[in-house]
Amino acid sequence: MKYLHLVIAALSRRKARTLFTLVSIVAAFLLFGLLNAVRVAFSGGSETLAGNERLVVASRFSIMTGLPQSLQARIAAIPGVEAVGHQNWFGGVYQDPKNFVLSFAVDQNYLDSNPEIVLTPEQRKAFADTRDGALVGKALAERYGWKVGQQVPLISQIFPRKDGDMTWPFTIVGIYDVAPDAPNGTDQMFFLHWKYFDEGNQYGQHEVGWYVVQLSDPAAADRVAQAIDALSANSDHETRTQTANAFNASFAKQLGNIGLIVSAIVAAVFFTLILLTGNTMAQAVRERIPELAVLKTLGFSSRSVLALVLAEAVLMLLVGGIIGMLLATAVVPALGKASGGMIQLPALGLRDWSEGLALMILIGFLVGVLPALRGMRLRIVDALAGR
Amino acid sequence: MKKFLSGLLLFLIAIVWLVVWIALPGLVILALAVLLALWLTLTRGGRRTLSVTRVGLSTLGSRLGSTAVIVVGIAGVVGVLVALLAMGEGLAATLKQTGSEDTAIVLRGGSGGEANSVLTRDAIDVVEQAPGVAHDASGRPLASAEIAVVTNIPKKSDPASDANVSLRGVGEAAWTVWPNVRIVEGRAFQPGLRELVVGRAAERQFVGLAPGQTLKLSGQEWTIVGVFESGDAHESELWGDVKSVASAYRRGSSAQSVTVKLASPAAFDGFKAALTGDPRLKVDVDTTRAFYGKQSEGITKVIRVVGITIGVIMAIGAVFGALNTMYAAVATRAREIATLRAIGFRGLPVVVSVLLETMLLALAGGALGAAIVWLVFNGYTASTIGGNFSQVVFQFRVTPALVWTGIKWALAIGFVGGLFPALRAARLPVTTALREL
Repeated sequence: MKYLHLVIAALSRRKARTLFTLVSIVAAFLLFGLLNAVRVAFSGGSETLAGNERLVVASRFSIMTGLPQSLQARIAAIPGVEAVGHQNWFGGVYQDPKNFVLSFAVDQNYLDSNPEIVLTPEQRKAFADTRDGALVGKALAERYGWKVGQQVPLISQIFPRKDGDMTWPFTIVGIYDVAPDAPNGTDQMFFLHWKYFDEGNQYGQHEVGWYVVQLSDPAAADRVAQAIDALSANSDHETRTQTANAFNASFAKQLGNIGLIVSAIVAAVFFTLILLTGNTMAQAVRERIPELAVLKTLGFSSRSVLALVLAEAVLMLLVGGIIGMLLATAVVPALGKASGGMIQLPALGLRDWSEGLALMILIGFLVGVLPALRGMRLRIVDALAGR
Repeated sequence: MKKFLSGLLLFLIAIVWLVVWIALPGLVILALAVLLALWLTLTRGGRRTLSVTRVGLSTLGSRLGSTAVIVVGIAGVVGVLVALLAMGEGLAATLKQTGSEDTAIVLRGGSGGEANSVLTRDAIDVVEQAPGVAHDASGRPLASAEIAVVTNIPKKSDPASDANVSLRGVGEAAWTVWPNVRIVEGRAFQPGLRELVVGRAAERQFVGLAPGQTLKLSGQEWTIVGVFESGDAHESELWGDVKSVASAYRRGSSAQSVTVKLASPAAFDGFKAALTGDPRLKVDVDTTRAFYGKQSEGITKVIRVVGITIGVIMAIGAVFGALNTMYAAVATRAREIATLRAIGFRGLPVVVSVLLETMLLALAGGALGAAIVWLVFNGYTASTIGGNFSQVVFQFRVTPALVWTGIKWALAIGFVGGLFPALRAARLPVTTALREL
């Protein structure tokens, strides 16, 4: 620490060069932060603790195929099942197809078994008592300025009502909060009654989209899943039961191998970055060889010269990297707003930061090590003589 | 302060120039290049520039490391940009090729896509009898009532999890209505039987679709009897007889869409007017080209925006890398440049020569990046979720236009990276530079 001023002096020796290198590093880590958010949004973001305690039962044939509602009671009877709720994709938009609303038709059980949706008992009761009632997430309500008690029409992109009209009226009965560990996007959802949906729907056949099963013991997940699938084996509505995490991941995977694309880009970016800063560091040390020789003459050991140069590289990476990650932190929510809620990127979490910091230090060492070794090995006589 | 302001002004000019540059059509750039070449070879100033540039280039060998930074850095930017755009290009091409001007698709009004559409038997009959529909030799209308359902089949690359694959039930006229589709292995399915033909792309991408194998769909056994090729979105699908598919998925006599062959592309307006004016129907009518074009629009726009955003951020990083390198290059050559100026060379040749050097390196980087992407990714097969909630298999397409875009970006990065060091080289007072070191 007491040599910090030496490191800073070395960095400010050529301010323009340090600045340019910093901007390159900032750009690289800004990209790293953004792309990591994208990757997490498509895969890791859905990995929650609750996701392992919950099973999703969907049709084995395809996501477009529904399941009979009669299955609910039979699933509930399986030992190890705490609660069974169900959900249908409603596909609603508000006023304009651009204003896409994550809307689901659910039953009362669903809310009871989803602790991440935080409701007051009054709101819960109001929802249970209102046939066309709807619960909306806080962020969604803010986006459209919805208030409790307001009438809101949603246009379903899929389901016409009995009279052929696609517009469904709802009364907002509650605006819910989300638990801190809720999956990304939970505060953007719109819940309506499955009963209201099923009765009003032109093609209503008492079908539900998928069941969500709360387990009493996560360790029994495999056994319960097999028992549920056995209920409908060889029928015309066979099911496939997965943990909620696996279900979400398989959905995201279909968009393409996002993880691979992102890793490839990040690798390309960091490869370029290492080359770039490595070259700058080598240059900086080459220019300062006589100075390093003077330091050694003054009694600095070879090792402290090595440490000084390494510290210089790591410090540069840390400063640039942290600025870049902070920028990414600022940009991510802005992207969500600009896209009108279509893109939901998670804020940069502890994991992103620790990964980023580890990368900064690693790359700092990588680019610093060769110049540092050169500084350590130089012979005072030769260096001072300019040989 | 004055120095700072002039620097800022220069920076703004450079930014404006960049925007203009990216928007410039190829022909104008070619003309600029020709003008530059003429100036270099024909005028005295130009020839001087050329000789200064030659001197600069001859010293490249001694600073191989820092030169490589520019080349590789820009290759990285161009590579990522071109690869992402090639993905969008490939997907768009696959979707667009599916449609044509002389076929029309009819869906339930307001359905927005096949997945949400339902047409009753009565409606299908009305559509088939509408004016403008072409007829075959025996006088039957060339119309294919179709059902597209989504099935779960694992990908070969990841057999553990299912992907949504489209199973399309088609009518007997489908082979004429979709002329791109031709059987290349085995035979066509027999109407009324549980037989399927699979697209070549689907066969390659998904598990268990070789001819002769059986597949369990909706709880029933289906036999794969052939493979077809079409080079468009249909190649990612499984095709069977519409009646067999409807019965397996309990659709009765309804269908989701009707695709008809029109007597001529000009007949479309009449066909559309007849159907939309019919009080018995509430349908949307589009040419298949417009229908599939719309599907490709949204997704290609997303890919373009993402690609360009990533490209711009990477380019900023690369510009500053190039700046560093070129400042260093100018600094090591300060004496040499000052000598040149002392014996009578003016500022312009020096500025242009440094710029030329950087842009040549940038060109090399851009070409390298584009070449690598072309070698690795051209024709690379990938799949994603398309319209109708099902997988579309497509190939990356590194087109000459994309390579050109990449090269333009590379030259722009080289220009900005070289401009400021070039000006510094020309401005440094001769006496100071000669005394340095």
